[in-house]
Amino acid sequence: MGGGGLLGDPGDDRPEDDRPDGDGPRTHGRQDVDGPHTHGRPEGVVVDARGLRCPLPVIRLARAARDAVPGAVLTVVSTDPAARHDVPAWARLRGHTVVASREEPDGALAISVRVGTTA
Amino acid sequence: MFLDAGGRAPLGPQARAAFDESLDQGWADPRRLHAEGRRARLLLDGAREAIAAEVDARTEEVDLAPSHTAGLHGAVLSVARGRRRSGRDVVVGATERAAVLSAAEFAAAEPWTAGAGSRVVVGVDREGRVDLDAYLAALRSPGVALAALQHANGEVGTVQPVEEVHEAAREAGVPLLVDAGASLGHVAVPGAWDVLAADPGDWGGPAGVGVVVTRAGVRRAPSWPEDDDRWFPGGVSVPAALAAAVALQSALADRDAQDVRRRTLVERVRARVAADVPDVEVVGDPDRRLPHVVTFSCLYVDGESLVTELDRLGFAVGSGSACTSSALEPSHVLAAMGVLTHGNVRLALPVDVTDDAVERFLAVLPGAVARVRAVLGVEGL
Repeated sequence: MGGGGLLGDPGDDRPEDDRPDGDGPRTHGRQDVDGPHTHGRPEGVVVDARGLRCPLPVIRLARAARDAVPGAVLTVVSTDPAARHDVPAWARLRGHTVVASREEPDGALAISVRVGTTA
Repeated sequence: MFLDAGGRAPLGPQARAAFDESLDQGWADPRRLHAEGRRARLLLDGAREAIAAEVDARTEEVDLAPSHTAGLHGAVLSVARGRRRSGRDVVVGATERAAVLSAAEFAAAEPWTAGAGSRVVVGVDREGRVDLDAYLAALRSPGVALAALQHANGEVGTVQPVEEVHEAAREAGVPLLVDAGASLGHVAVPGAWDVLAADPGDWGGPAGVGVVVTRAGVRRAPSWPEDDDRWFPGGVSVPAALAAAVALQSALADRDAQDVRRRTLVERVRARVAADVPDVEVVGDPDRRLPHVVTFSCLYVDGESLVTELDRLGFAVGSGSACTSSALEPSHVLAAMGVLTHGNVRLALPVDVTDDAVERFLAVLPGAVARVRAVLGVEGL
C-alpha cells in the first residue's frame, strides 16, 4: 500500500481524476494511475453493458476478467436492475473484489472490480 | 411435473368436495335473514371456527380476506392506524413479502396524525435470516406502531426467529404481525404473534381467500369505508372459505409425515444441484427452513430461458430472476440476501410430489443449464 514517493505531502490537493471513486486507501489511484493494470484510468478497462439485460452484463464482465491480469481493475456500466446485485455476487463467487460503485450521469450504474488471483 | 406449489396448488380432493357441496348450501348472502342466508352464515362461521381451532384462536378473532395480499394490506393498515397515537413507524424484515413491504411504506406515510412515520427495514444475513439484534433495537425505538416478521420465507425457505422477536415486541408493547403464508400447513407455527396472516392457496385451498387472525386486545381501526364486514368489506365466497378450512384440516392431518418426506427430498436437491451443476449458488438456510422449498441461482444463465427449457422438459418451476418478473426487477428477497439473482430456479414441492419426479428433475437439470449457457457462449468463464 506504500508508494510514499508518489504521494507528496499529505496536504497536497489531488486532481479529481487521479483518485478512484468509492473506498480504498488514498494511495491506490495514485499508484495505478499510470500502471498497466488500469490502462491509465482508475476505473480500468470499461465494459459498457448499457441496454443489455441480465445475465449479459455479468457475462461481458466475466469475459474481460478472464483476459485480465490479477490486480487489474475492470468497470462494468449497466442499466440492468439486476446488475447491482449480480456483479457483487459474481465477484464473491469468483474471488474478485468490488472496489467502487457509482451512478453515472445518465443513470447507469458503474461498478468497478479488482480481478482476483484465483484461476 | 408441477414443482412451483408456493401459494398456488391444485385443489385437493377433500377441499374440492367441500367446495362443490357448499355451492348448493352456501350460495346465498350470509348477511341476510332468510333460511338460505342463515345457512350460508352457518357455513362461513363454521369455516372460521375450524381455522381458529387450528391456530389456537377464537372464532371471533378470525377474519377472511379476498386474498392473502388483501389480508396483509388490511392487517398492516388497520393495526398501524389503530396504534397511530402510540407511534407511526412500521418495522419490517427485508425479506417480507412485497405486500407487507408496500403496506408498511403506505401506512407510515398516511396523514392520520400530524407527523408521518417511516418504514424501518431490518436487513438479513446471507441465508435470509433477519439480523436479530438490529430487529430488537428497531422494536425498542420509540414511536413504533407495528412490527412484521414472517414465520418463514416462501422463496428461500429460511425460518425467522419469531419467538425471540415476539417476546421483545411484547415487552416493548408493539404488536407483531407474523405472515405464515408460506408455513401454515407445512410446519408447526409458534403462537408467538399478535396478528397472524395465512394463505389458503399455499396449503391446497382455493385462491380468493386470505386469513387474518387478530388477538383480542390488538388495537386496530379500518382505513377504508365502513361495511358490515368491517375488516374486509364485501366478505368472501362461502364455498371458497369452506374449501380453505377443509384443505387446512387435510394438510394438518398429514403435515408431519409430509414434513419428513419433503425435507429429505429438498436435502437431496440441495446436495445434488451443488454437485451436478457447475457454478451454482444454492441459497437459504440448509437446516432452519421449510421442508418443501429450495432455490438456487446458476451463474451466466438467463432465468427465463432456463424456466422455459425446464417447462419444455415437463417441469414447472418458479424463479426469482428479474427477467421472469413482470416488473423486470430481481426478487427483493434474493437481493436482500446478497446472493446471485440471475439464472434462479425456485422449487416448492407439492404434497403429492414423488421421489421419482425429483430424481427425473435432477437428471435433466444439468443438461438444461448447459444448453442455456451454450446459447450465450459462456464456456471457460
